[in-house]
Amino acid sequence: MSTPQPHPGAPARTREQVADLHFMDARYKLLDLAAFLDRLDRAAGGDDHRVRGLRAALPLLLEKDEGRVARILTLWSDPSVAPIEKADTKAASGVWPGLK
Amino acid sequence: MRYIEPHGHMVSRTTDDYQAMALAGCAAICEPAFWAGFDRKSADGFYDYFCQLTQIEPKRAAKYGLPHYSWLCINPKESEDMALAADVLALIPEFLKAPTVLGIGEIGLNKNTRNEMKVLEQHIGLAVKYDQMILVHTPHLEDKRKGTRLIMDCLKANGVVKPERVIIDHVEEHTIHEVLDQGFWAGITLYPESKSTPVRAVDMIESVSAQRVWLNSACDWGHSDPLSVPKAAQEMRRRGHSAAAIDRLVYGNPVKFLSQSPRFKDPAAQA
Repeated sequence: MSTPQPHPGAPARTREQVADLHFMDARYKLLDLAAFLDRLDRAAGGDDHRVRGLRAALPLLLEKDEGRVARILTLWSDPSVAPIEKADTKAASGVWPGLK
Repeated sequence: MRYIEPHGHMVSRTTDDYQAMALAGCAAICEPAFWAGFDRKSADGFYDYFCQLTQIEPKRAAKYGLPHYSWLCINPKESEDMALAADVLALIPEFLKAPTVLGIGEIGLNKNTRNEMKVLEQHIGLAVKYDQMILVHTPHLEDKRKGTRLIMDCLKANGVVKPERVIIDHVEEHTIHEVLDQGFWAGITLYPESKSTPVRAVDMIESVSAQRVWLNSACDWGHSDPLSVPKAAQEMRRRGHSAAAIDRLVYGNPVKFLSQSPRFKDPAAQA
């Protein structure tokens, strides 16, 4: 576990206090994710790019340094820098389709 | 508790939501123009929409004691049609004379296309010409990081726009630092699923100097919650933030940014 690095804008708190506030919330979300992966296994066909992106993000949860949310969002982001000529859809899918 | 809803699409909400927001402590609402969920076929549709934003919605809000302000534009989702965009931009100056219009917004990008960029540049030019503040919509999900950078480059390339008069909305953990580092205001939009939850928003608030940050619910026609700003305030209370710090974030900060328009009146000063 990393050394605590409190943010300047945050009141001081212990990890036990954080767990008291947010553990049950994190617990049900992790179980929902596990149930989603099980549901995918029971369905026909292969993973689409969104699910591949989800699976690619899972190891980032176990990294030691803070900033996991930003790293996951960056992983799922379009890494190109120039405007595209024309879009074939108005919607975003949640994961850049080119992610390998 | 008191708060400002600085970005709420109230044309999509029932009067019950106005009532709930007022009961939760909302003191004023600002409504940027946005995509209706379908592409309007002509500028006439926008004319009617701008009338709704500047005439009808302020009356609906007033029934609950809430001042209502608006921002005008053609949303980037409809900017691919350059001819339609030109017709709509030509309508905007007339509506800028309305007493509750605060600026140009929510402009920005959706899929980061060349046409969207051109229309964004035209909106920025309009804001400069009429000395208007700017409210920016950043793209969704995987398009956000790239689009946020393109938008900031476009704003800086204009050379006249003052970053402190621009709020870049819908920031998340991978964009908030760049936005603040470049001198812009940052808006955190609270959605149950697709942008930031109240809990993540408070994490972000704790990680930055929050002097140029506001929270908003967007509360549009999709899965959204018009009470998400007070829910974020409640999350701050649970974590031990002081009442003064909460008030500064959900009331003081939006008042500070919005008061750069002489049309915005601090509700506390009106009481």
